[in-house]
Amino acid sequence: MKVRWVVGSVLLGALALILLTGGLKRESNGERERRALVGASDGWASRAVWACDRRKLVIVEGVPAGARIPPDRAQRVADLLTDLMRYCSEEITAKIAVDQMITVAANGQVYENYVPGGPLPIVKASTGEPTRRERMIWKAELDRMVAEGNRLFHSDALGTNGLACAMCHPDAANTHPETYPKFQVQLKKVALLRDMVNWCIQNPLEGQPLSSDDARLRALEAYILAKRSGTPLHAGKH
Amino acid sequence: MYRNNLTRKEIERALAERSPEDEGLLRSLQSCDRRHFLRVSLKFAGMAAAAGIFQPHGFQLVNVAHAEAAPGEPPDIAFRFAYVSDTHLYARGMSHRFAKAALKSVEDVNALDPQPDFVFFGGDLAQRCRPDELELGRQILAELKAPLRMIPGEHDWYFDLGQKWREMFGPDRYAFDHKGVHFVAINSIIEKDFWTAKGYTPAERMDIVAGLDDGRQSRFEVGAEQRAWLKQHLATVDRKTPLIVFSHSPLYKLYRPWNFWTDDAEQVQAILQPFERVTVIHGHTHQVLTNRIGNIDFHGLLSTAWPWPYAPQGLPEYTVQMRRSDPFDQLDGCGDGRVDVHTNGRVDKHYHFWSRNPRVVTAEEMASNTIPGPRGYDGPSY
Repeated sequence: MKVRWVVGSVLLGALALILLTGGLKRESNGERERRALVGASDGWASRAVWACDRRKLVIVEGVPAGARIPPDRAQRVADLLTDLMRYCSEEITAKIAVDQMITVAANGQVYENYVPGGPLPIVKASTGEPTRRERMIWKAELDRMVAEGNRLFHSDALGTNGLACAMCHPDAANTHPETYPKFQVQLKKVALLRDMVNWCIQNPLEGQPLSSDDARLRALEAYILAKRSGTPLHAGKH
Repeated sequence: MYRNNLTRKEIERALAERSPEDEGLLRSLQSCDRRHFLRVSLKFAGMAAAAGIFQPHGFQLVNVAHAEAAPGEPPDIAFRFAYVSDTHLYARGMSHRFAKAALKSVEDVNALDPQPDFVFFGGDLAQRCRPDELELGRQILAELKAPLRMIPGEHDWYFDLGQKWREMFGPDRYAFDHKGVHFVAINSIIEKDFWTAKGYTPAERMDIVAGLDDGRQSRFEVGAEQRAWLKQHLATVDRKTPLIVFSHSPLYKLYRPWNFWTDDAEQVQAILQPFERVTVIHGHTHQVLTNRIGNIDFHGLLSTAWPWPYAPQGLPEYTVQMRRSDPFDQLDGCGDGRVDVHTNGRVDKHYHFWSRNPRVVTAEEMASNTIPGPRGYDGPSY
């Protein structure tokens, strides 16, 4: 017990030193935002502890700023920081609630329950400014779907007669997805882009139509729409 | 232009003062053949002028003198040749939509009266350059009554680098004289080797080139060797002789990403410029396409297989775009046509659409050197 006391105190002292010297360094945006977060008063006094990489922050609820953290809780803080250091490049804010429940917010996303040693909740809808890493993940996912759509669009596998969408629509030209929905005179109903994609698959390509939730149809839509990125929507235009 | 540029309002105003006979004429404007249109136009011009709507010249009556000279040939038309282009055949029998379309064009040309002196095929007979596709094409074109002049397109070339095509149709570049006009056919779809370094198979190479928007391929060019041949050959031809050049790609730079493009176009044009009258007739673009650079007129050809959208940039100012085609009509935007060569070597370029009124770009229009404004066209098709 005594040993744990000493370890806790040393760690705390080190962390405090890090905090003090770190304050002299230039702050990143995330750091500044999170510092503001620490200062905000929500009725609970909160003690903040930074890790040495300036990317991990633990907020200990119920302990006033500047106050000494009780040894058992200090140990939890140290353990949690050590655990979070597994995620080198992430900016993580963790909260230890008065009831000891741990929640973390990775890269400015919303707080999620967290069990030390468990997976970090990363890709979630974010209310904050996305990080570079998030943007990369999102772009990679989108590119993957668009690339699949691109492949299908140029493939004769959707039909039976050797034709492919791109033969009439190079670079998805003349697909004008921004004009849907519109009343498609030839179909005698309001059509969505996917209706026309299916029409083309059935007629010029002489293939079988795809169901609305077919991954291939979704990928084709993704490719066509991505090609018209930046074009204003004009539903109903003929 | 066969189709005049009246607005609906103008037609309605004219209808308000119609006689029963005139009304019939007006109503038939939407779907009449050439001879009928000329008759209608003359009637209507007179009627409209009488009504004080506008001056008859506003109709852009074209070749009225020719029509009056019917039933014989107009006196200043030296000869005619027909064209069929870009059939993109698959070896899937005669029931395949592209085979049926190709056959339709052969029937069209065979029905021309009088028959053309010859038929120019503008390249892309096959889709993937397979021997059986080329063979099917050869059989379909063998039905033509008039002699055939062929050039290769990239779809005929990049599986075996033109071996089969040359076996079937002979040299990919040649020249001949016909009734005072000198014709030169060149292979403008030469691409620099992009396949060896990447280890593409012949089939992969062909598929890459067949992808209009596939950026892995090189750009089309005539190439130094062929330019040297062209220069040497043309040195023996009198510069007053009208020159008509056949190529697959347009011999100018329109839109690089789709190879609506010839990379050494300026150098080829420089070889042609010394001649007094030069016309380039090219396939590849599957659309009405008109250009003029210096003293060279350029005309595109329709495809029998499918129309292409206009390139998003670089469209020549001389081009009056065809309207976006109706995807529900397989034949719309497709067709064939003919070229009437005047005694002075200039040409009237006829676009014979299968599902809409015909279009003609006249020698007169081109010689006037005026850039046409939009006519009956309501926006870009891409």
